[in-house]
Amino acid sequence: MSLLSSPYDSGAFFDEMFEPGGQTVRPHYRRLAARLGTLPESEFNQRRAAVDLAFLRRGVTFTVYNDSEGTERIFPFDLIPRIIPSREWARLEAGLVQRITALNLFLHDLYHEQKILKDKIVPAAQILSAKHFRREFMNFNVPRDIYVHICGTDLIRDHDGNYLVLEDNLRCPSGASYMLENRVAMRRAFPTLFRSYGVRPVETYGDALLKSLLHLAPDRSDKPNVVLLTPGVYNSAYFEHTFLARQMGIPIVEGRDLVVQSNKVYMRTTAGLVQVDVIYRRIDDDFLDPSVFRADSMLGVPGLVGAYRAGHVALANSIGTGVADDKVIYAYVPKIIKYYLGEEPLLANVNTYLASEPLDRKYILENISKLVVKSANEAGGYGMLIGPASTKAECESFRTQVAANPRNFIAQDPIALSRSPTWCDGRLEGRHIDLRPYILYGEKITVTPGGLTRVALRKGSLVVNSSQGGGSKDTWVLQGDE
Amino acid sequence: MPPAAKTPAFRQQSSVMLSRVAHSLYWMSRYIERAENTARLLEVNLQFLLDFQGLDDTKLREHWDSLILSSGDEELFEKIHQENATSRTVTDFLAFDLRNPGSILNCVFSARENARMIRDQISLEMWETLNELHLFLKSSSTADVWAAGPNEFFQQIKKASHLFQGLTDSTYSRNEGWEFIQFGKFIERADKTTRILDVKYHILLPSAADVGGAVDTAQWQAVLRSASALEAYRRYYVREILPWKAAEFLIFSDSFPRSLHYCVSQVDTFLCRILGETGARPRSDAARSARRLVADLQSLTITDVLKQGMHEFLEEIQILLDAIGDEVVQTTMFYPAESSAEEQQQQQQQQ
Repeated sequence: MSLLSSPYDSGAFFDEMFEPGGQTVRPHYRRLAARLGTLPESEFNQRRAAVDLAFLRRGVTFTVYNDSEGTERIFPFDLIPRIIPSREWARLEAGLVQRITALNLFLHDLYHEQKILKDKIVPAAQILSAKHFRREFMNFNVPRDIYVHICGTDLIRDHDGNYLVLEDNLRCPSGASYMLENRVAMRRAFPTLFRSYGVRPVETYGDALLKSLLHLAPDRSDKPNVVLLTPGVYNSAYFEHTFLARQMGIPIVEGRDLVVQSNKVYMRTTAGLVQVDVIYRRIDDDFLDPSVFRADSMLGVPGLVGAYRAGHVALANSIGTGVADDKVIYAYVPKIIKYYLGEEPLLANVNTYLASEPLDRKYILENISKLVVKSANEAGGYGMLIGPASTKAECESFRTQVAANPRNFIAQDPIALSRSPTWCDGRLEGRHIDLRPYILYGEKITVTPGGLTRVALRKGSLVVNSSQGGGSKDTWVLQGDE
Repeated sequence: MPPAAKTPAFRQQSSVMLSRVAHSLYWMSRYIERAENTARLLEVNLQFLLDFQGLDDTKLREHWDSLILSSGDEELFEKIHQENATSRTVTDFLAFDLRNPGSILNCVFSARENARMIRDQISLEMWETLNELHLFLKSSSTADVWAAGPNEFFQQIKKASHLFQGLTDSTYSRNEGWEFIQFGKFIERADKTTRILDVKYHILLPSAADVGGAVDTAQWQAVLRSASALEAYRRYYVREILPWKAAEFLIFSDSFPRSLHYCVSQVDTFLCRILGETGARPRSDAARSARRLVADLQSLTITDVLKQGMHEFLEEIQILLDAIGDEVVQTTMFYPAESSAEEQQQQQQQQ
């Protein structure tokens, strides 16, 4: 019994591996299919168990809140990779570079002249009412003029296989560590297949990240001190923080390890105070500095914002970038690209309705059961309604909320996310997936070939978030097209 | 504003070590050493009783009482088990009871939690060892352990600790972090050796007829084995086990890695490096105490110890070791009063 001996149903969706009908394998998956065709199920299961055990042993885990019991879990991993041919990737890469370039210009403009508001491309009211707009940083010049250094853009594919941007994550995108760990696991599980396939490496991510952080350092010394600021060991992404710090060989610090004196940031070491030049922070703006933002924050560093303003320390990402990944502003990104770059967007958005616009609102309220409704500032699959899959009462509840607070909601046409064959209960079944590639903006912009493919493991589910029963797959970007 | 730490004169600034990290390395190292010692102590004593099944109830009680007394946690034990010290209750208490902060389970969890906090600082191999031990403990229930015979369990703990220390030796850079790890290990080991010796003190002195008898000899053998010292003792003296010789070996040997003398010398060495004590006259109280302790262990004899009373002698050393540990922590790790741990945990999760 091999993996491919039972029939596969690609359903009414775009399937990554099979042409419509579920019989013909797409060219870039052929070698994988050949391997799976000769692999006995028992051996496949052995490899799967070995990979799970390795994740557990290495402590590649995430934390589930609302779960009083275990707290640490491994991120479920599926051994069937997602494969992207070179030509397809080149198009994605160009689109992502275009998008982050435009968003950086947008942020610079918003915090300086606000030309785009004066030209009425984006309504000023949308910006001024955005939760993450930091007016305190008007006219502040960020180091090297870069606002977003690390970006994780969520992409999905629709019914016809077109890539669409679902979300820009411009604050503290997470998941890069899983991209790297997944690759380690796959190399172990399928060493020979790897060699013959010509998969582009993702292992450069750590170095590239360090390079873009060093690019920001003030000219104080030849050997700038870069640190990673974590909320602490109870944060769901703590594994990732330690992982990335290790990849770069930089210290990982908590707020209490840092202290600000005369606008300079120091870390407390056994040998006294040592100045810090660049902070890769994995803490939200709100918690960064209790003397400026949330006063009750115990995770931040009093005086940090002052030091940043004085130019003695650089932050990645900068403060106030959240205004550009607001789900309402998202709807304007195609216009933003055209405005700053004079180009057509290479990557399309999902068709989006803004509840704050009277016509759109009317449409949303009348068609709520056919739409996906999202609150503007939530992440992780929380605060979201998938109309077609919800009860009448749930739709009613969202309708009331949207009517009461339109600025806080958007709605989108539901997208039949593409599916990938996934090992479920002893057979291959189609499961919906998305893709989060990682874009770094330093001296130049680099997109790591690959990313995190998340998969909704529950049958029929469209929610890929790890907190909601999602898993992940390794993402192979090929040197060639097959 | 916390005071700046004393900057030791000869320390290079290039290898920066966060105080919090140093703190965690120190405790990680202490906890795993503590778990190993407790495992060995329990293993040896359970074994001892198998060899002497004829002991009456009073003798048995004394035996297990002495273990609790030497651990220093007799009050907590009494609260949980009243005065009911049997092999089962004592082993449960020292090995598995999560209400006892010093139980093997808690030690391993604490060692692993400290390691998790500094996951980026230690090698993958070190982390995997602690994490696997943690997973092993979480996957087995106390009932399973008893069913399989607790020896297997103690073996696992000891093996993991040995593996961890060996891996630390071969994968961890010889920098300041190394000094904290070694300092933690030897201060814990010194303390545990005093307690292992003290167990024997707590067993009421046998009547004159028993001295040198089978039980007495076996007990001293057990003491030596509790410190992995039986074979080393035999090679060193090449003679039968005599109580005062066994004590002498565990206190004064300058070459056996679990003797008090050896451990305290190592404590002194790493302490001086951590605090930057290079002068002939130490500046800190901790270094002064350590120096004095080393001098005592170099110059006193077992006769002096017996004259002073072994229990009193050991107790004094325990107090000094505590003070030395506290001072090093105070000097190198300065933190403002911690905010409520629970609130902080909540905020970390909100992120």
